Amino acid sequence: MSGGVDSSVAAALLVKQGYDVIGIMMRLWSESIATQTTIANRCCTPDQMADARRIADQLNIPFYVLDAQSQFRGSIVQQFIDDHNAGLTPNPCISCNRRIRFSFLLQHAKALGAQFLATGHYARVRQNGGDFELLKGIDPHKDQSYVLYTLNQRKLAHILFPVGEYIKEDVRALAEEFALPVASKHDSQDLCFITDGNYRAFLERQNTNGFEPGPILDQNGRELGRHAGLPFYTIGQRKGLGISADRPLFVLEKDKTRNAIIIGPREALEQHTFRIRDLNWISGEGISSKQLVDIKIRYKATAVPGYIITSSNNDAVIKLITPVRGVTPGQGAVFYRGDVCLGGGIITGQREDLTDEKSFSNEQLEEL
Amino acid sequence: MTDHNIYLDHGATTPVHPKVVELMLPYWTKYYGNPSSSHSFGRQAESALRSARESVADLLNASPGEIVFTANGSASDNLAIRGVVRSSQLRGKRNHIIISSIEHSAVKNTAVQLAEFNECEVTILPVDQYGQIRPADLESAIQSNTILISIMAANNEIGTLQPIEEIGRIAREHGILFHTDAIQAIATQNWDMARMPIDLLSIAPHKFYGPKGIGILYIRDGVQLEPVLTGGGQEENRRAGTENVAFAVGAAEALRLVLDEQSDLVEHYRLLTGKLIEGLTTALPHDCVLTGHPTQRLPHNASFAFRKVSGNDILMHLDLAGIAASSGSACKTGDPKPSATLEAIGLSPEWTKGGLRLTVGRQNNLADIDYTLQTIPAIISRLQELDYAWD
Repeated sequence: MSGGVDSSVAAALLVKQGYDVIGIMMRLWSESIATQTTIANRCCTPDQMADARRIADQLNIPFYVLDAQSQFRGSIVQQFIDDHNAGLTPNPCISCNRRIRFSFLLQHAKALGAQFLATGHYARVRQNGGDFELLKGIDPHKDQSYVLYTLNQRKLAHILFPVGEYIKEDVRALAEEFALPVASKHDSQDLCFITDGNYRAFLERQNTNGFEPGPILDQNGRELGRHAGLPFYTIGQRKGLGISADRPLFVLEKDKTRNAIIIGPREALEQHTFRIRDLNWISGEGISSKQLVDIKIRYKATAVPGYIITSSNNDAVIKLITPVRGVTPGQGAVFYRGDVCLGGGIITGQREDLTDEKSFSNEQLEEL
Repeated sequence: MTDHNIYLDHGATTPVHPKVVELMLPYWTKYYGNPSSSHSFGRQAESALRSARESVADLLNASPGEIVFTANGSASDNLAIRGVVRSSQLRGKRNHIIISSIEHSAVKNTAVQLAEFNECEVTILPVDQYGQIRPADLESAIQSNTILISIMAANNEIGTLQPIEEIGRIAREHGILFHTDAIQAIATQNWDMARMPIDLLSIAPHKFYGPKGIGILYIRDGVQLEPVLTGGGQEENRRAGTENVAFAVGAAEALRLVLDEQSDLVEHYRLLTGKLIEGLTTALPHDCVLTGHPTQRLPHNASFAFRKVSGNDILMHLDLAGIAASSGSACKTGDPKPSATLEAIGLSPEWTKGGLRLTVGRQNNLADIDYTLQTIPAIISRLQELDYAWD
């Protein structure tokens, strides 16, 4: 429970459905800045805690706050910092859902004797024969299945997503129907532990390694300028490079070994092939490399069709039918078949084209 | 989820005795006068207040003038410490006070604040592994400008009784005032204030089946105190504000009842806590220790530390199992810190977040204890089995 609309309505729905519900809020990590008092994690401010507590009281369910501070700081925040230092652009929500929500919290829930852990995520769990499937939420604008691709059969057997069956407006309507005192808080897109949204300033404060300036290179290795440190840039970025040229130039790559930013024209951003690691198949089994699936290369991306060619249990190569721009190492690549989320992996830093063509003809696809 | 509803947190507060409730009732709608008024309503209220005061004095073998009613136990602590320090300041002295490292926050935070505002210096005495101060440490901490020693009679978290008479004797020898926070102790001790070497004593009736919202401060005749709450001069100029007659009546009755039943209650408490202590330390020989002194402890207090487990988590599991308890490192907002008391008695970090306090009361019975002894070991192993290795 976060005190927000989604988790509050989720709790109310479960109570109405006759479950014995226990409300839990997790106390996550907050950054303390020497000159200021603790900046509360956006997900557990005293106000939100009071809100969640009040809602639990109204629903007549027990409510506890679980201390997850050191787990969150030690894994999620530290990984965020390490990934940026390595030249990656991570999505910590993927990691948090994997390790904090659906590992740490799930284990606590089971220890408390709970059969299920429910959250306010816009996603759905469906049983299909003996298997559990993760489906997108009904609301295409709110679907959060992307950050849940690390789930598996063992976990899905114990997860409920009550609001995934509704569109957001209907969830707000339910909140009114249940008379839940949830303010119409807007849903923030910022990372919960970076309250002002300024992740670069955050990294500067938290980063013990410091940022190393380095060269900005073109695709031929010619130095065009200097950058202030890899974490300040992201793939596809155009502004802030400080380089004047006769056509727009974009960040193509962050090269950790040379501590360099490689830039090039817009066309060079296009990729149809890339590698992923830490592959997870929600069903527990991979699919054939001949099966066409839809792939999202970031949370807000539109899914595009492509193939997954696994090279080991953990790694795969993705081949898209048509190229996309801005494939960013560190982000999640998540695969779907229709509404079903099949799994995903983390885009790696190696940028390889395995063929010379920019796209595939149908005959070539047949041969894959 | 559970049928059980066992209250083992009497150290936090207690239910009010039905006789106390009954006795207080008329004072809201029938005898509602302000004791300071000169008319019949006021006289009636004043009479009830006087009887309550006399009753408390009598029970402690003190004189009525030595009994002040305050808002609660914390207010009594505040009045004792601030009152003495301020009074001494009026006489132009720069003061020094001594407290222990395991005082209740109402004593510790008050002393710390006074030091921050430069109203006095504070020395904090360490305690031994049982939570007792060493008289030798007290002696060596005394300075020429020490005006007050404040050491609690029994620690609320680990139940240890301090050597009060020894401390009082040392204080007397040096002409220093001795305040003791007796909030946890008074109901189960038998103190004759005429003979105890104590100058100021804090009491909170809600710890012994009286109402919340009232405290008592015993102030020995002759001790000079500046009031903290100033105003209409009530309580002989020691604590301003219209007196809470109903609660004073209730407080006196609660004290009378509990001292009257004291030996039976103490025997009852010892039976139950004895079983808890024996049961848990035997069931979990490597993961559970008794905290506080094994024999010089409050009869109703069974306190423990568990290894590598969070007290906060234990309480959550206990609550769902229908058992109410508390922990020195618990935190309702999910930010539990290691217990300062457990650190003060020298426990290492793997134990200091795992405190659990079970405090029994009149309503508990052996069935409650048996259920608790079945429940806790299972909770501890579930929590220790939680695997935080990443999935």
